[in-house]
Amino acid sequence: METPIATTSHYASIKNQESIGLSKIPVLSYGDFYTYVVELMKEPQVHCVNYYAYENGATLKFICCLADDVAGDIRVYSHELPKKEKMQLTSITREVYAFHIYEREITENFGVEFIYSPWNKPVRYAFNRADRSKQVNDYPFYKIQSEELHEVGVGPIHAGVIEPGHFRFLCNGETVLHLEIQLGWQHRGIEDLFLKKPALIQRTVLSESTAGDTAVGHAATFAGVMESIAGITIQDRLSIERTIGLELERIAVHIGDLSNMCIGLAYQLGASVFGTLRTPTINYSQLWCGNRFGKGLIRVGGTNYPLTDSLIESLEKFLNNFEERFVPMAEKMFSLSSVLMRMENIGTVTKTQMELIGAVGMSARMTGISRDLRKSHPTGAYQKLNYEPVVDIVNGDVWARAVLRRKEIIASIALIRQLLAKLKSNNETSTQPIREGDLKLAPNSLSVSLTEGWRGEICHCAVTDDLGKIHHYKIKDPSVHNWMALALSLRDLEISDFPINNKSYNLSYCGHDL
Amino acid sequence: MLVDEIKILNQLGKQFIPDVTKPQVPGPFKGRPEISADKVDVEALAALCPTGAIGTEPVSIDMGKCVMCGECSFAYPNKIKFTTDYKISTNVRERLIVKEGDVNPIALDESKIRAEIRSLFGRSLKLRQISAAGSNADEQELNACGNPNFDMGRFGIEFLASPRHCDGIVITGPISENMAEAVQVCYDAVPDPKIIILAGSDAISGGIFAGSGALNRSFLDKYPIDLYVPGNPPHPLTFVNGVLEMIRKKKN
Repeated sequence: METPIATTSHYASIKNQESIGLSKIPVLSYGDFYTYVVELMKEPQVHCVNYYAYENGATLKFICCLADDVAGDIRVYSHELPKKEKMQLTSITREVYAFHIYEREITENFGVEFIYSPWNKPVRYAFNRADRSKQVNDYPFYKIQSEELHEVGVGPIHAGVIEPGHFRFLCNGETVLHLEIQLGWQHRGIEDLFLKKPALIQRTVLSESTAGDTAVGHAATFAGVMESIAGITIQDRLSIERTIGLELERIAVHIGDLSNMCIGLAYQLGASVFGTLRTPTINYSQLWCGNRFGKGLIRVGGTNYPLTDSLIESLEKFLNNFEERFVPMAEKMFSLSSVLMRMENIGTVTKTQMELIGAVGMSARMTGISRDLRKSHPTGAYQKLNYEPVVDIVNGDVWARAVLRRKEIIASIALIRQLLAKLKSNNETSTQPIREGDLKLAPNSLSVSLTEGWRGEICHCAVTDDLGKIHHYKIKDPSVHNWMALALSLRDLEISDFPINNKSYNLSYCGHDL
Repeated sequence: MLVDEIKILNQLGKQFIPDVTKPQVPGPFKGRPEISADKVDVEALAALCPTGAIGTEPVSIDMGKCVMCGECSFAYPNKIKFTTDYKISTNVRERLIVKEGDVNPIALDESKIRAEIRSLFGRSLKLRQISAAGSNADEQELNACGNPNFDMGRFGIEFLASPRHCDGIVITGPISENMAEAVQVCYDAVPDPKIIILAGSDAISGGIFAGSGALNRSFLDKYPIDLYVPGNPPHPLTFVNGVLEMIRKKKN
């Protein structure tokens, strides 16, 4: 059989944070959709940023967005299925493993059965799931038929002050054969609330609350969706300020993660110094916008908190002071054999594994995959920064995840300095956020917005109806893919290595559960 | 080289806040609001609020619902002003509602603090934190309460892993349906007498998630709440001061 070649008549091509009329997206037969998507996913520079379904009258409409990291575009494919009692499609997962999470979600939400799916296990037990008889506290899991193996179950409440989720370790003595991660306890129905709470400020606050540690990342992605459907071009100044906010968030979390990892390593000096460096980082955010997590910083079309001259001066001072203390501490930490031996070759995953599961952000880069939206799909100020992602670390172990953070902190400091230089030569006057009544969304449109948050790729998609109201809103946190990386890291590891691995990923429960 | 370590330690210096009841918080931090007698279109003002925290007769803000977005104060700067007063915890739900003209600090009602709290927990309070769909910002701020800056451990206040070793629970998040059973199981595992603290607007009222079909807040109807700690997320100083006020008599 000849290899089918997808032509532009089979998909719509858009850029990041661009909106497109729904009528311009070709609707394929599922057979064609399957063939083209599977074919394109064989390209190493292509990955799927979202694949989901929504109810559109009497049919389910499926949207699949494949990003080409070299061409810098997003190809939107679509197919439809009439709603009925029994709905079946052939699973793409059996050929493209990264699709497992998308297909499982579609099955959970709409009851579509994917034939040949390896295991259509529920994702998060959403309150509006198709089958309410399934309960999260009674989730199905891999069972063992051996008297020599045992299970260790942890959760949903964990030992520390962290979010809930369930980890089930299948162990042979101290060695973990398999870790099964089940989430869903954090489900708050956010996507549904985006429709039920129509005021712009409500939706903005919802985006900030999607994952509290990524308030700036998710809010900036949301703003990108709204602005693209409303046809708003934001000022350079605003874009620069938002980008500074995103990079500050990255520094704040990375430094906190290094501190937490030091706690996991029982390295007290590192834990103290990195921990106390996090405080001025998030306090700067409070100085800027009144909130230590950057809530309130991002608003659609403008800002309530322009970065004034005095704030710029404080930021420069903060960066200098931070760097002065961070650099020697990091040098010390990464030169200690006692620290290194707890990180090297612990929880190793390979580049191939990360490609297979569709890992994004740090979880991809720590194996040398060059996947960073700041380079591949830049928007706003990133377009002019020519940022080169850190991809010279390939080890895929705890050490790689720690070193990547160290390097990305230094890179983010440099980026903020570049941005501040641009800001100083910018003469624009800050604009106020757009008011509720002034936001006019284009009808019957789809917008895709991607942001490289500190964890990785954040994706928000919105579809509007005939009247320009939001008909469907879809959020995808990077953790949706990356939880599988943690599960793979634990294979053949001692169970006592779990905490350091978990800290080295720091994945989001609520971002996954929505 | 040991010299490097000494240099780093020297740079680190002393990090703790000597008196946690005193520091000023920087920037446009939104703490207790003050509402002036300014005449405005109250219906329009109330309609701005994403969580319905603004009441109209008289004009009021419910800090248990407020997510500190500041929308009201940006639109009506002469009517509503957020002060940087972070001591906004209380044990009476109604006290979180700040009305027009109120300028007094939000405080606990001493008469409503259960006697055993002061006698048993005054010098040692161990808490089990339950994130019930908390956004992770709330949890991080609670973790920060024990860090070298705020250091609530010096007052004997600490988060522990086992509910069996604890004197109460601290709930964050709007309590999802999926977490409802776990919250109950955990609370039941804490020995009597025990307290319940709600931290953050999500826990107190559901916050921006109020009305979601994915929540089950029925646990809160069954038991008295000992402390409400507002915020989005609650500032560590709000939490530490609130708990201290609850477990210790004020020194005057």
